[in-house]
Amino acid sequence: MSGLREAAVVGVAESDEIGVVPDKSSLQLQGEATLNALADAGLKLSDVEGLFSAGFRPTEVAEYLGIQPRYFDGTHVGGSSFLVHLGHAAAAIASGRIDVALIVGGESGRSRVGLPAGFSGSHSSAQSMEGQFENPYGLPGAIGGYAMACARHMHLYGTTSKHLAEIAVAARKWAALNPRAYKREPLTVEEVLASPMVSWPFRKFDCCLVTDAAGAVVLTSLNRARDLKKKPVRVIGWGEGSDHQLISQIPDLTSGPGRISGPDAFAMAGVRHEDIDVAQIYDSFTYTVLTSLEDIGFCKKGEGGDFVSGGRIAPEGDFPLNTSGGGLSYTHPGMFGIFTIVESVRQLRGDFIDQGLRQVAGAKLGLVHGTGGKLSATGTVILAAD
Amino acid sequence: MTDYLKPLPKSDPVTAPFWESLHRGKVEVQCCGDCKSFAFYPRALCPACGSRKLAWTPVSGNGHIYSLTIVTPGRGPGTFKNDRSYVVALVELEEGCRMMSNIVDVATNADDVKIGMPVEIVYDCVTEDVTLPKFRPVTQSVTK
Repeated sequence: MSGLREAAVVGVAESDEIGVVPDKSSLQLQGEATLNALADAGLKLSDVEGLFSAGFRPTEVAEYLGIQPRYFDGTHVGGSSFLVHLGHAAAAIASGRIDVALIVGGESGRSRVGLPAGFSGSHSSAQSMEGQFENPYGLPGAIGGYAMACARHMHLYGTTSKHLAEIAVAARKWAALNPRAYKREPLTVEEVLASPMVSWPFRKFDCCLVTDAAGAVVLTSLNRARDLKKKPVRVIGWGEGSDHQLISQIPDLTSGPGRISGPDAFAMAGVRHEDIDVAQIYDSFTYTVLTSLEDIGFCKKGEGGDFVSGGRIAPEGDFPLNTSGGGLSYTHPGMFGIFTIVESVRQLRGDFIDQGLRQVAGAKLGLVHGTGGKLSATGTVILAAD
Repeated sequence: MTDYLKPLPKSDPVTAPFWESLHRGKVEVQCCGDCKSFAFYPRALCPACGSRKLAWTPVSGNGHIYSLTIVTPGRGPGTFKNDRSYVVALVELEEGCRMMSNIVDVATNADDVKIGMPVEIVYDCVTEDVTLPKFRPVTQSVTK
């Protein structure tokens, strides 16, 4: 990167309200998140030159916001899109093409007000590959795809429902510390294991929430960032990867493209796995966390169950993971990736310094990782406190 | 037969030979003339090596369950919502390619339908025009 400008995140925010927000459209939620993130940075709408969005086209979002971007990226690879955007935005800033980038995402996933075209739940055409070779068999969307992946992981590696429950329980413990989290009441492993089966081997508490929410992230060059309101968070490494779209086409059902994006992000950042202080890993399902940890390289394939056990990823554990409560307990409108960035930046700035366990003490290096589609695409980014 | 309400595939020029082979009750899959791997879903180029020399080839219809999920009643999408519990699986054919399908003629609990279980094709004529490939466990009494 020598000779190029380093990029930093300078503002992050959610929409005014998150959870059940029946009176606000998807674009209104995105508009609120955008204004809140710009206010967090001390910047204005008119400062935005680059727009990165998924779900809605960048042109739809720009029109609603009343901005005229000179750089845009609508890469849409499901919930990992915003992690991919973060790398792309940093590259656009590094190239000198733009100074200020906005990444925004979110929708009225629960109340379903003004959803973008093609939001999950709509069917692909009968002549598409999905329409011909998957839809006739009644797979229940993302849940079914990840459930099949998890079933094979269990078969090959002895992963258990209790391993998965540890992930749900840890997320709930973090959520209990977060006033904005949707589900905060205590949850035990026994309650997770007794919850209704949805699509074997997934039970209710293995699955993410469905809420109304949007999030936004503002970046600029590190030099300019140092003159703004908040402590900058540097974007020091990123990677992305994909190896299929349809779950029936995945080369290895127990391995996701985090094995591509993870090592690329670490190599670029020049840091090691053991250097990471806090991690946000998209938890569409409990299993998504487990396989992502393995694919990124925090443990070997098949060892994810043991890795997450014993309260290790919960508050006071030695691997703070999904410290907002994640998609399982904090919020999850449809594509959660944007919120992994919001939470990581807040941790690395020390935003929760007076809030006890809510703040991961001394967090300097953060990893954010998202998985989109049905284990189809990932983005991994490593962030550093300035 | 005309009141089948679940999603039906609509073939295209490349995939039509697959659907026609099912209609005849003799399943065929593309085999690559260069790298010899079997390709599924049907394509204009081999996903393993990029060759255009894909040839429709009769296959046994035998394989095993690569993975599966058992859908709880009420949890299926759209017109599957009112179905009793059912199994969606990825079946790996003995020729090496995989396809999504349903496992039929089996008790829908995780003790009775398992990864690795040998299965054979069942031709499910859901409409006059469309035959879907389903699979059932191979039992001792069934001859190939």
